[in-house]
Amino acid sequence: MKLPIYMDYHATTPVDPRVLDAMMPYFREKFGNAASRNHPFGWEAEDAVEAARKQVADLIGANAKELIFTSGATESNNLAIKGVAEMYREKGNHIITCVTEHKAVIDTCKKLEKQGLRVTYLPVQKDGRIDLDELRAAITDKTILITIMTANNEIGVVQPIAEIGAIAKERGILFHTDAVQAVGKIPFDVNALKVDLVSISAHKIYGPKGVGALYVRRRNPRVLLAEQISGGGHERGMRSGTLNVTGIVGLGKAAELCRQDMEKDTERLRTLRDRLNQKLHENLDEIYINGSMEHRLPHNLNISFAYVEGESLLMGINDVAVSSGSACTSASLEPSYVLKALGAGDDLAHSSIRFGLGRWTTDEEVDYVVDKLTKVVRRLREMSPLYEMVKEGVDLSKMQWVTH
Amino acid sequence: MAYSNKVVDHYENPRNVGSLPKDDVNVGTGLVGAPECGDVMKLQVKVNPETGVIDDAKFKTFGCGSAIASSSLATEWLKGKTVEQALAIKNTEIVAELSLPPVKIHCSVLAEDAIKAAIADYKKKQDEAKGVQPAAEHAQPSA
Repeated sequence: MKLPIYMDYHATTPVDPRVLDAMMPYFREKFGNAASRNHPFGWEAEDAVEAARKQVADLIGANAKELIFTSGATESNNLAIKGVAEMYREKGNHIITCVTEHKAVIDTCKKLEKQGLRVTYLPVQKDGRIDLDELRAAITDKTILITIMTANNEIGVVQPIAEIGAIAKERGILFHTDAVQAVGKIPFDVNALKVDLVSISAHKIYGPKGVGALYVRRRNPRVLLAEQISGGGHERGMRSGTLNVTGIVGLGKAAELCRQDMEKDTERLRTLRDRLNQKLHENLDEIYINGSMEHRLPHNLNISFAYVEGESLLMGINDVAVSSGSACTSASLEPSYVLKALGAGDDLAHSSIRFGLGRWTTDEEVDYVVDKLTKVVRRLREMSPLYEMVKEGVDLSKMQWVTH
Repeated sequence: MAYSNKVVDHYENPRNVGSLPKDDVNVGTGLVGAPECGDVMKLQVKVNPETGVIDDAKFKTFGCGSAIASSSLATEWLKGKTVEQALAIKNTEIVAELSLPPVKIHCSVLAEDAIKAAIADYKKKQDEAKGVQPAAEHAQPSA
């Protein structure tokens, strides 16, 4: 077993060697610009881009013409939300989203709010999912877009996308989903789910960084977007800029591999994840799973280890790459807003660890992580005044803490 | 975040982890921070009432590596100091010793607060034992 162990597959994934092999010729001899229409170098690049478009479309049950290539999911989210807001300005000015969305969605919505749009941020229930009745109640005749992520990047909770799609369809509202963590990992079909816009990222599915896609429905309804990057009219005029041919080829190959192996990979990862969860629960008391276990990505686990602070926990397992919702590990020095939204209390957010398993995670690695974590949690609890107080029978929630 | 070697050392080999009998009249206990803020420090001193010198110091900390290191270092420094010398310890000295980056300065502030709270508790207990009325409310959490 090689150290350090990577168990942070929600952050990014390594490029699959088969993906890299597919990309290489497009760095070398096949270097053409896909927009060069009058020579074989351009044709070759264009063919590769179109083949990749088909591969990505096949993964999500779409038509290849409905895919726009971008620089990644942040751009896809920006294009979908800002593009709709601008294009459908006459129709309405209200967007519905959710408090646990990725910052690429939240910050985009906040920017639009500054420009006068109205945004509703739906809360989530204890299990991390939105309440469909609250969604229905939030819809007004000015609502032009619902944007709800398919699966959350921290807690892996999968939202009721098909139900949201049905509600949006019935009310004639466009539905965008940031499906970065879900596409390629769990079955996803744009027609079954009734989604109109879908953000996809290559580097979350064993493809390269810096490339992504946006699915834009062409029929029932035909979705229009105001371009956010001008110049040249590439990608049906929705996203100008010379196509990142190597990246796109990589995204296409990555999508194809995910489609081929999804069933097998999902089963394997679910078994590994459940083993991780079960063993941690056998070894340690007072550990809490954040978010629904039923509606969750098969390769995700997010657990709070009560009375132990997340960053100190990470320090103790420094040969294992995972992430924490603790304030000390975030740039903002705020604990995870996703975990806070679950209503479990900030103290549990500070104590959380996110595990993201992936294509190369092994049984041996899982066992190593369980062992190591168990030791570190026990050691830190011996050092924790909170753990001591609880063992003495003190109710921490009734304490008056001295804060700054 | 990359930690200094001293922080890593205190994290891996914390000095003086544990608890002193909190009902002992010669023991002062400081408990500062809050779980929802991500750090809580409990720092205790045992003072020799004859000499006013701190004989022993213990801590328990819920917090990041810097918080653990700051409190561990504080207990090291406290031993052998008089109560008055202990009160003179500044958080900036802890920052310098551990090479804490700016985002971790609050950990050193918390350690200084914990020292002050522990000594205030000790003085209050001594006063009470001698039958002196406490001058003011001390910053002590009550369960």
